[in-house]
Amino acid sequence: MTDVLLEVDDLVTHFHTKRGVVQAVDHVSLTVAPGETVGLVGESGCGKSAMGQSIMRLIESPGQIVGGRVLFEGSDLLGKTPEEVRQIRGSRITMIFQDPTTTLNPVFPIGEQIAEVFRYHTDVGPREAKERVIDMLAQVGIPRPAERYADYPHEFSGGMQQRVIIACALILHPALIIADEPTTALDVTVQAQILSLLNELQASVSNTAVILISHDLGVVAQMCERVCVMYAGNLIEVASTDRILDGPKHPYTVGLIQSIPRLDMDRQQLAPIPGSVADPIHPPSGCKFHPRCPHAFARCSAERPVLRRLPDGHQVACHLFDDR
Amino acid sequence: MSDRSRQGNATLAVRNLTKHFPVRQDLFNTLFGDKQVVHAVDNVSFNIGREETFGLVGESGSGKSTTGRLIARLTEPTSGGVTLDGVDWFALDRRELRRRRRDVQMIFQNPFASLDPRWTVQSIVAEPLATHGVATGAELRRRVAELLVAVGLEPSHAQRFPHQFSGGQRQRIGLARALALSPKLLIADEPVSALDVSVQAQILNMMQEIQQRYRLSVLFISHDLSVVKYICDRVAVMYLGEVVEVTETDTLFRAPLHPYTQALLAAIPEPTTKRRTFAAIDGEIPSPIHPPSGCRFHPRCPRAQALCSQKAPAFEEHAPGHWAACHFVETPAPARGRRGE
Repeated sequence: MTDVLLEVDDLVTHFHTKRGVVQAVDHVSLTVAPGETVGLVGESGCGKSAMGQSIMRLIESPGQIVGGRVLFEGSDLLGKTPEEVRQIRGSRITMIFQDPTTTLNPVFPIGEQIAEVFRYHTDVGPREAKERVIDMLAQVGIPRPAERYADYPHEFSGGMQQRVIIACALILHPALIIADEPTTALDVTVQAQILSLLNELQASVSNTAVILISHDLGVVAQMCERVCVMYAGNLIEVASTDRILDGPKHPYTVGLIQSIPRLDMDRQQLAPIPGSVADPIHPPSGCKFHPRCPHAFARCSAERPVLRRLPDGHQVACHLFDDR
Repeated sequence: MSDRSRQGNATLAVRNLTKHFPVRQDLFNTLFGDKQVVHAVDNVSFNIGREETFGLVGESGSGKSTTGRLIARLTEPTSGGVTLDGVDWFALDRRELRRRRRDVQMIFQNPFASLDPRWTVQSIVAEPLATHGVATGAELRRRVAELLVAVGLEPSHAQRFPHQFSGGQRQRIGLARALALSPKLLIADEPVSALDVSVQAQILNMMQEIQQRYRLSVLFISHDLSVVKYICDRVAVMYLGEVVEVTETDTLFRAPLHPYTQALLAAIPEPTTKRRTFAAIDGEIPSPIHPPSGCRFHPRCPRAQALCSQKAPAFEEHAPGHWAACHFVETPAPARGRRGE
C-alpha cells in the first residue's frame, strides 16, 4: 500500500430541494497520495464541486453529507467538531475557487486578508506576518508586492486576483489544495500563466497534493497525473492521465473525449453523446448513463455497476468490463 | 485595407469599422480634461463570402462581440462602413432598416437570457414571421413546426415554455427563431460557450448542417480556438479592438504569422498525452482606454523592438489571403516550450 494523504470512502452528499432529493455525490470513494495532482472531471451537475465541498466540510443546508468517511492524514474529517475542522481548513487543506472576485473581500486590502489567514493558524506577530505575506505575493508573481500589499481587490485584474488567492492558499504550506475550476473565469493566455504558477509552486513551496476540479479535459491533461471521471454523482472511471486519454474504457469517457474539438487534429468529425445529462432527482435505474450509452444491454438498466479495478490498474464502473 | 481574395462574392464587407464608447468622467475632466473613450473596435475590416463561416476570435475585451453588434446594428458605429450584398448597411433609414433586418439574424451565448420565459416556443419562433408579415394562421404554425424539426426539436415542443428545456435545446430554439426569416448572415456570438462539451458537440454539428442547408454566411464569434477551428472556413484574430491576423482556418492553425496568434495557440491546454510547459506570454490585456502606442501587442510581445512602440504596423498580405499586422512577421519566433515526446 502506498502512502495515502486523503481517503474518501463511500461518500454520500444529498441536496434537499422542493422537487426532491438531489444525489449530488452518490457513494464515491477515492484516494490521494501526498504531492499528487488528481483531476476530477465531468460536466455540470456531475457532483465534482459537491465532492470538493464535502471534503472541506463546506456543504451547507439544504445540502447534507449523508454518509461515508473522509480520512485526512489518518483521521475522519466528518467526525470532527466545527472548531477542529476550522483549524484544518485554511492551513492543512485549502481551496481555490473559480471566481476570484467573490473569494476576496472587497472592503479589505488583499495583504491584510492573507495575513489574517496566516495569523489565525500561527502565533506570529503582525510585523512578521506582513513580511511573510509580501514574500508570498512575490512568489506568485505580483509585481512590487510591498506596495500592492495595501491595495484593494478591485485594483487587481482577474488574473492577478487569482494569484493573490493562490498566495493565500499556499502561505501555510498545506498538504492538500482543492482547486475548483481555478482558471475557468480567465482568458486563455492568463490561464496558462496561472497553471504554470500552480505547477511550479506546488512542488517548490511544499509538497502539496492538488485535487483539480475542472470541466476542461485539456487543463486536466496538462496538469494531472491521474484523472477521476464523474457522471451524475458517480465516479465512473479512474486511471492515469495517459490511460484515460489514450484508452478510455467507460463509454461516457469515450464520448466525452470524442466531443472535444481539437487543435492537434485535422478533419475531425465530432461524435457527440446523444441526449442530455441524467435528471439528478430521478436518475435512470441501474447505470445512470445507460439511456445515452451506445453499448447498453439488459443488465445496464437493472443493476448499478460498481467501480472495479481491472488487472492493469484501470478502474471503471461499467458492466462491459464485468468478469463473467 | 482588408483581404480582397473573396471580395468578388462577398456577402458582407466590413470597412474600417470603429466604435469608441465614452467613459463617464467627473465634472472637472469633462470640462477641462481630455475626452476619454474606450477603444472597443478600431479600424476593423474583413469580408465574409457567400456561404462562408467566418470566425472572429479573441480574449475578453478584444472587441469581437462589439463588432458583431455593430454589424447587427444593435450599436451604432463611431465610423466605418458595412455593406451587405452591396447595400450600404449604415445608410439605411429606420423604415428600410426594419425591412432589411431579416437579412441579418443573431444568436447569443446565454440561452437562459435570450428567450422570454413567459412565451411559448411557438410564440418565440413565430414572432419574426408575424412581424415581417411572412405567414399567418395555419401556414405560420406549419412554418414553426418545420423550423423546430430543422434544429432537431419536435413539433410538439411548440406548446412548451423555455424553462422546460435544457441549455442545448434552448440554443436550438434560438437558432430556429434566427432562421425563421431565412437570413443571409447569421451572427453567432459565443453560441456554445455556456454548454457542456457533449452538448456543445451536438450544437456545433447541427450548426454545420444548418449552414449548408440554408446556405448561410455565418459570423462565428468565440474565445475558443478549438471550436473555431472545427467550424470556420476563415478566421480573424482580434486583440484590443484591432484585427491582427486573417487567413484560412487551416493556415492559421498550421502557420500563424502574428506573435499574438502564436501565443494564443501555445497557451491552449490540449487533452493529449503530450505534456508541455505552458508557453505563457507575460502580462494581461491592457486598458482599452489608453491602449499602448504603436502596435498594441508590443508590451507583451516576445519579438517587440523599438519600432513596435513607435509605429502601428500596417495590416498587410504576407501570402495570398493571409493578412497580418506585425512589423516583424518574417522574423522567426523564439523557440516555444512545446516539449514533444
